[in-house]
Amino acid sequence: MSTVVTGPGRKAGSFLHRHPGLRLAGFLSAPLLWLVVAYLGALAVLLISAFWTVDGFTGETVRAFSLTNFQTLFSEEVYRNVTLRSLGVATAVTVICMLIAVPMAFFMAKVASPRSRHWLVIAILTPLWASYLVKAYAWRILLANGGPVDSLLGGPGNGPGYGLVATVIVLSYLWLPYMILPIYAGLERLPDSLLEASADLGARAGRTFRSVVLPTLIPSVFAGSIFTFSLSLGDYITVQIVGGKSQLIGNLVYANIGAANNLPFAAAIATVPVLIMVIYLLAVRRSGALEEL
Amino acid sequence: MTDSPTPAIRLTGLRKSFGAVAAVTGVDLEIGDGEFFSMLGPSGSGKTTVLRMIAGFELPTAGTVHLGGRDVTRLAPFERDVNTVFQDYALFPHMTVRENVEYGLKVRGVGRSARRARAAEALASVRLDGFGDRRPSAMSGGQRQRVALARALVNRPRVLLLDEPLGALDLKLREQMQVELKAIQREVGITFVFVTHDQDEALTMSDRVAVFESGRIAQVGTPAEVYERPASSFVAGFVGTSNVFTGEVARGLLGRDGTFSIRPEKIDLSPDSGVPGAVGLPGAVGLPGVVAEVVYAGPVTRYVIDLDAGSRAVVVAQNRHHGAPLAARGDHVRLSWHDEHVVEIPTSSKETADA
Repeated sequence: MSTVVTGPGRKAGSFLHRHPGLRLAGFLSAPLLWLVVAYLGALAVLLISAFWTVDGFTGETVRAFSLTNFQTLFSEEVYRNVTLRSLGVATAVTVICMLIAVPMAFFMAKVASPRSRHWLVIAILTPLWASYLVKAYAWRILLANGGPVDSLLGGPGNGPGYGLVATVIVLSYLWLPYMILPIYAGLERLPDSLLEASADLGARAGRTFRSVVLPTLIPSVFAGSIFTFSLSLGDYITVQIVGGKSQLIGNLVYANIGAANNLPFAAAIATVPVLIMVIYLLAVRRSGALEEL
Repeated sequence: MTDSPTPAIRLTGLRKSFGAVAAVTGVDLEIGDGEFFSMLGPSGSGKTTVLRMIAGFELPTAGTVHLGGRDVTRLAPFERDVNTVFQDYALFPHMTVRENVEYGLKVRGVGRSARRARAAEALASVRLDGFGDRRPSAMSGGQRQRVALARALVNRPRVLLLDEPLGALDLKLREQMQVELKAIQREVGITFVFVTHDQDEALTMSDRVAVFESGRIAQVGTPAEVYERPASSFVAGFVGTSNVFTGEVARGLLGRDGTFSIRPEKIDLSPDSGVPGAVGLPGAVGLPGVVAEVVYAGPVTRYVIDLDAGSRAVVVAQNRHHGAPLAARGDHVRLSWHDEHVVEIPTSSKETADA
């Protein structure tokens, strides 16, 4: 405080100090612009174009409001089936990830020594660095007719082969880290003294797990499920690689953008998983899962 | 010590090492039924580890733990008739206060109505009736502390373990809780084992105190015994403040060999009149010195005196008369005390402690 430095930089800094609103605006305007224009804007365009149609003769997009796309979507059975199938796959993947992740995360956070804990976190994260395609094709080889999985199970045809089961297995493998990490983080925040208090009050391990660990874990599990569920719902590559002839919502979107050249209909299909995710997020919001992300 | 044939707790040759670190290096102790027993020591002295071995959270490296005559050394926490009040209270955040208190009863299969009644009773005993439907997060530190106490007491354990339960409370609340804890203990008649690093707390509440020093017990006794007749210079320094004189200084001051402790409040301070022997206390020894520091602390004033014979002494005088202190910095003064207040310390430990 003994020397007061003056200069243009100092003056600007001093001016901003007296105007916190301006400071905040300068800090946030660029990222907010990005969020509104690139992210929400794209979503808005998607929603709007879902109500457009494509002229059957010229292939030109007709920019006029019409409910045709949604009528097709809801009336034709194939779309309902694909939606239900995608929901089933996403649910199965989420449940499998949950069943594997809870004991793994518990071991990492509460049983393993602090040293091995670091290595385990690294081991969980490393597969995320490998390309998605490489991992999917690796599974294609594993699951091939007469491949390693088949011979492990006793001979060709004994494994799941390509199909929905294979898709669920590979998606579970791919998204498992996204389930483990929030549960691990949640468990790390669970004080050991709570587990000790439970044992102290007479509860055995199973009881402690049910009454103390699981309830505090539910928000973390929901947080992880938001990842596994939405990633599975939007996937269309894994199912192409190991899914055999099965189709999910993502495949329909892809096909309408490419082969069918019907962007408005693709947009209409794409609103289905968006809608499902919004409903899911609203449902889990009450559990406090969104604070765990 | 204890006369009862089977003590509530008996620890024999108890040791605990974490890897290469020895936390507890041999503890033998008997705690009587219904006793309020404190384990006092600096952090890292092993007192909490001993508590955790009694609770069953840690397995001893060697030695045994007996509860009410039964060997529980290798038993899990849920197999022991012991409950713990944790330092961070460890209340279950997803349960209401009532559910927290009922947890131990529920786990043991006590019926719903009996559970309700006992939980209400326990909450009333810690003056928290009407708080049953709250969440722990909606309560103050002192209230949570009492919930933790009710949650442990509702199970009517043989022994209640308390791990620095008042550490997180502010001074006023802590003093209030000290009185309440003591009253509750007298009422329920359960053995309390209380871990603390606060000597005031230990002296105020306990029937007996064990002073811990680097993994072992330095002294066990009533608060008065531990305070008035410390068994080592560590105890003299840790339990209250003490002037410890040893070696050359002791010989110069007291004319005797050995280690001696004199409590600051037992020393009388008077201005040096220049007449040798003319000191305040009859039958007292008088020593000249210069005031190095005067610290005003409300009810008392602390004087740090540089003794002419070498070494320093701390004197505490009550501020009974408002106005000028007994002496100012740089004043020549005389210290006097009754010889009976000089405590000879067994010379097992040699370091000088001026805590």
